[in-house]
Amino acid sequence: MSFDVAAVRRQFPILFEIIDGRPVHYLDNGASAQTPLAVLDAVRSYETTGRANVLRGVHRLAERATELYENARADVARFLGVQPMEIVFTGGCTAAINLVAHSYGQLLKRGDRVLISELEHHSNIVPWQLLRQRSGVELDMLPLTPDGQIDLDALPRMLTSETRLISLAHVSNVTGALLDVRKVVDAAKTVGAKVMLDGAQRAPHGPLDLRALGIDFYVFAGHKAYGPNGIGVLWARPELLDAMPPFMGGGSMIGRVTLAETTWAPAPRRFEAGTPAIGPAIGLGASCNWMAALDWTAAHDHEMGLVQRLLDGLQRVDGTRILGPASLQNRYPVVSFMLDGVHPHDVAQTLDSFGVAVRAGHHCAQPLMDRFDLDGTTRVSIAPYNDNADIDALLAGVEHAAVTLR
Amino acid sequence: MSDELYQTRIVALARSKAGAGKLVAPTKSARRDNPLCGDRVTIDVKVDDTGHIAEIAHQVRGCLLCQASAAALASIAVGRDAAGIVELRLDAERAVGRETGKAHEPFDAFEPVAAHKSRQECVLLPFEALQDALS
Repeated sequence: MSFDVAAVRRQFPILFEIIDGRPVHYLDNGASAQTPLAVLDAVRSYETTGRANVLRGVHRLAERATELYENARADVARFLGVQPMEIVFTGGCTAAINLVAHSYGQLLKRGDRVLISELEHHSNIVPWQLLRQRSGVELDMLPLTPDGQIDLDALPRMLTSETRLISLAHVSNVTGALLDVRKVVDAAKTVGAKVMLDGAQRAPHGPLDLRALGIDFYVFAGHKAYGPNGIGVLWARPELLDAMPPFMGGGSMIGRVTLAETTWAPAPRRFEAGTPAIGPAIGLGASCNWMAALDWTAAHDHEMGLVQRLLDGLQRVDGTRILGPASLQNRYPVVSFMLDGVHPHDVAQTLDSFGVAVRAGHHCAQPLMDRFDLDGTTRVSIAPYNDNADIDALLAGVEHAAVTLR
Repeated sequence: MSDELYQTRIVALARSKAGAGKLVAPTKSARRDNPLCGDRVTIDVKVDDTGHIAEIAHQVRGCLLCQASAAALASIAVGRDAAGIVELRLDAERAVGRETGKAHEPFDAFEPVAAHKSRQECVLLPFEALQDALS
């Protein structure tokens, strides 16, 4: 079945913006995706017909807000194939990982080990380094293959009986490489380690079945998944959430507070101190519903068709190199490339003058850049609303940069 | 096309690679990183007894603007002391619109950067490194 990209594009008003006389070719979805009308409408509806605080108010607006907020939790849960009470709303993906590092981290002791990889986003490195400083937990790094995938053949020698958690990107935000989750989960079981996936770059590409993946924690960000900013998700197995102490204290996360001591609310409220980002949560619920309504078999084929068009086009420009899997296998539509003799920022700046928005630099993955001795890359990250014109405009810009800047 | 940022003078400055490289036995060196974009500049200087720059060299792992700025700086830094470099920096900041007034050659080449706020640090990073080295 063919994919009606024009029908998808019509749902994203920003794609029809004209800037300096040029249409917008938005290929920076890995940093922040655009938002469909369904999400904007949901947020506007809350703000105009249901705005109030959640949980404690007895008035009807508060009840309406609470219902919308909890419905959003259910929408997110359905998107992930889990139960609503297993969903914790956070400030984003980074906040979710920090929550785990602090809260689950409190259950770890000196000498326990956390295993990550060299391609992780800083948000899946720094929280563990901070945990190491706080509690003496050791940090191990899985190496990478030459094409920018996590080298899972190294798993047996990297895992020890002290490894308590493996935390890896489900899809790399730089190379687009898709993790072989089954291999990680099987290896983790041999030492009793938990598995967390950073789903920031995977969640925007269709519904998931986290139970089937066999993992223990999953995180993703709203703004990369066509939702609002300032909202993210932590999913964890309920027995883990039940065992984890709070991360932040405040209103809503308590059972009973006295001046002497406080008891905690059950999860997920235990981890949602203070007034939550209600409107953004409602928007995220809407974006999960919007994603769930897409035909992802067709959408994925469409996205990967654009990746093929991009890879073919880049090959025709002298001096381009891809950092990541060269084929369409085991990858998602995030493509990093280098243009010999031209710095990635200069490529991106030139592309901007063609109306093309991409990201350039280290992509918050400096250890990955160090591993490949790179100043940075130019990253193209594709969403279902992208089309051939976006890729062709980008290729024209890359060719121009190759001619004028070296 | 509206890629007026990469005008001939900026590209020419970067390609000139004036002062690119390392000094043997520098008096001082300093490295500065831009944590936002990852650009990295290392400056070596030989300074005479009066604090004036006798020789300068730079290594840039960064964009064309950073390379061009380092080359421009290296082309006129010799003979100046720390106060003189502050004056040059002021000129670069005039060029990118952070200070009022007209910039002088060679930094007037960077006037197109005034319209690109996110790229102004690229021009100023070599100054940061040199001022660190002289401090």
